[in-house]
Amino acid sequence: MARLELSSVGKAFGSVRCADNLSLAVESGEIVAVFGPSGSGKTVLLRMIAGMFEPDEGDILVGGQSIVGAPPERRGIGMAFQNFALFPHMSARDNIASGLRAKGAGGDIAAKVASISSLLKIGHVLDHRPRELSNGQKQRTALARALIGNPEVLLLDDPLRNVDAKLRYEMRLELPSLLRRGSASVLYVTQDYREAMAIADRIAVLIEGRLVQVARPEEIYAKPASVAVARLFGDPSINLAEVTPVAEHGALFADIAGTRVRLDTGDREPIDLGACWVGVRPDDLVISHAPGDDAIPARVVAVTPMHEKAVLLLRFSDGAEWLAALPSTTTVADADDNVFVRFAAEASLLFDRATGVRIGLPHRRQAA
Amino acid sequence: MEHSSLAGRIFRGVALTLVLVFFMFPIVWIFLMSFQSNEQILRIPPSILFEPTLSNYQALISGQLRTTAGNIDIPFMRNLMNSFVLSSAAVLLALLLGVPAAYAFARFKFKLGETIAFTLLSFRFAPPLLVLLPLSLYYQQLGLSDTYFGIVWVYQLIALPLILWIVRGYFEDISPDIEHAYRLAGHSWREAFTRIAVPLAGPGIAAAGLLSFIFCWNNFVFALILASADKQPVTVGALAFVTASGIQYGQIAAAIVLSVTPTLLLALYAQRYLVEGLSLGAVKG
Repeated sequence: MARLELSSVGKAFGSVRCADNLSLAVESGEIVAVFGPSGSGKTVLLRMIAGMFEPDEGDILVGGQSIVGAPPERRGIGMAFQNFALFPHMSARDNIASGLRAKGAGGDIAAKVASISSLLKIGHVLDHRPRELSNGQKQRTALARALIGNPEVLLLDDPLRNVDAKLRYEMRLELPSLLRRGSASVLYVTQDYREAMAIADRIAVLIEGRLVQVARPEEIYAKPASVAVARLFGDPSINLAEVTPVAEHGALFADIAGTRVRLDTGDREPIDLGACWVGVRPDDLVISHAPGDDAIPARVVAVTPMHEKAVLLLRFSDGAEWLAALPSTTTVADADDNVFVRFAAEASLLFDRATGVRIGLPHRRQAA
Repeated sequence: MEHSSLAGRIFRGVALTLVLVFFMFPIVWIFLMSFQSNEQILRIPPSILFEPTLSNYQALISGQLRTTAGNIDIPFMRNLMNSFVLSSAAVLLALLLGVPAAYAFARFKFKLGETIAFTLLSFRFAPPLLVLLPLSLYYQQLGLSDTYFGIVWVYQLIALPLILWIVRGYFEDISPDIEHAYRLAGHSWREAFTRIAVPLAGPGIAAAGLLSFIFCWNNFVFALILASADKQPVTVGALAFVTASGIQYGQIAAAIVLSVTPTLLLALYAQRYLVEGLSLGAVKG
């Protein structure tokens, strides 16, 4: 099996740069999620690998061999499309078998189709045309078609986008083992950070055609490379405040809505910083009725129950609004209550206000 | 609708009958005329009661037109055959050229693409007579006048734009991802075109083919100028019924019945595709 490698890949459509110096390696048997907001160039990236467009710059290698310029049918790539892209005039069976037939696989086609369709639980609908299938069955048929030839590289373009929430949840559990079956290098495009975190070994965050961060899911959540990444991961999204941190008595402090709070410095020397964003995830906020020097007074504007969580909209004295997510079993506050907000210094993330880059990243330290 | 009153239903019935009579009357009248002699047709007042005769059809099939001034040879059956050959060949050629071209226009953006597509369409709004004079001169120079190939070629002015624009709309409706998926499964672009794009655009191609067949069949002026009697289709051949001793209404009616029948049957058989193809072409084109 082969590793997929992108090296400084660039692509522009007119003045829009959809891919800017993208370098990424996916090992055989690894699942890398490409995650980013819509329009960030995820689909263009997949399509360059699949051979629907050629990159303007850079190279794409599979098993060390460049595939740039090769026609799609010779690239050894399996792909599942967001809109399924099933062949409407063929039965599900013929859809799945089309790749094997093209390669002239011979007599074992029927056996292979039977085995993959039982794995994906679509054995009973193989004789149906795509329009007679439910969305879930269509999606499974499309997956079976992509998986059946044991391709070296597997590309999935937001395959769970068009299926209902229940099925999406089920598939999120099933997919990792399905995708690892053939030890292909898998690129999985999604717009849902939860899906990316559930399925992938690593996540590549793509924003405006650039790879902003490539790391393991928990690392991206804990140490996002920039404000933009921090905002994309987490629901409700991260709270931000504009601060100018100062170093005092060996610690770093910042002023949030008139309250001095201590910030995280990790194992580094605290120094005075310029204009920054401080970010705290809603889950890390602690709400209480007890005042204190380190607690930010706030007024609860609204309480929104969200199944396992309750989300509180808080307004500080300076008008800033933050969200706190609390387990819904603990009802600490109601709307219009005056409360105090605390967070542990370790929960705070600092970003440079001009560049958005997280302060404290080893190779960006001088940016502070 | 099912709760409509008796009066409403009667009114609808009457209205439908009126419309039907309005549209069908000419065809029915010509059908009746084709079984009457010239004298029966021209009597005043006209009557739908007459003794049917097959002499008109006999005359057409045997090629002998009996007039008061004597017998004239008319190559009607040959004209009918010519119509078949010319229209079929023209549509076939236009499909061979137009379907791949429509695919190219639908799938690829290329320099002057829209200009070329529009130029091809503009052939449909140039008055044929304007084109014909220079064309007939060229044809004489090239040795193409009075050849089947020459007429089939000039019929491309009718058939090609029609096929191109209708089929293009159909191709644009097919998600390109379906073809991408087929290619990733290991097929060449040619296979993706013949096994995915063409079958999926099938109804559109059928509709465009039928429509251009009808338009070619009905064309009069191209063959009138560019071909002589033995290559002319029925539309031109019908001129022979205007004779020195008068107009042979009975034979004309029989000729019309014979020449309309093939296209009428074709249109009835394929009406579903025709309506679908026309409206889709109109919306997407």
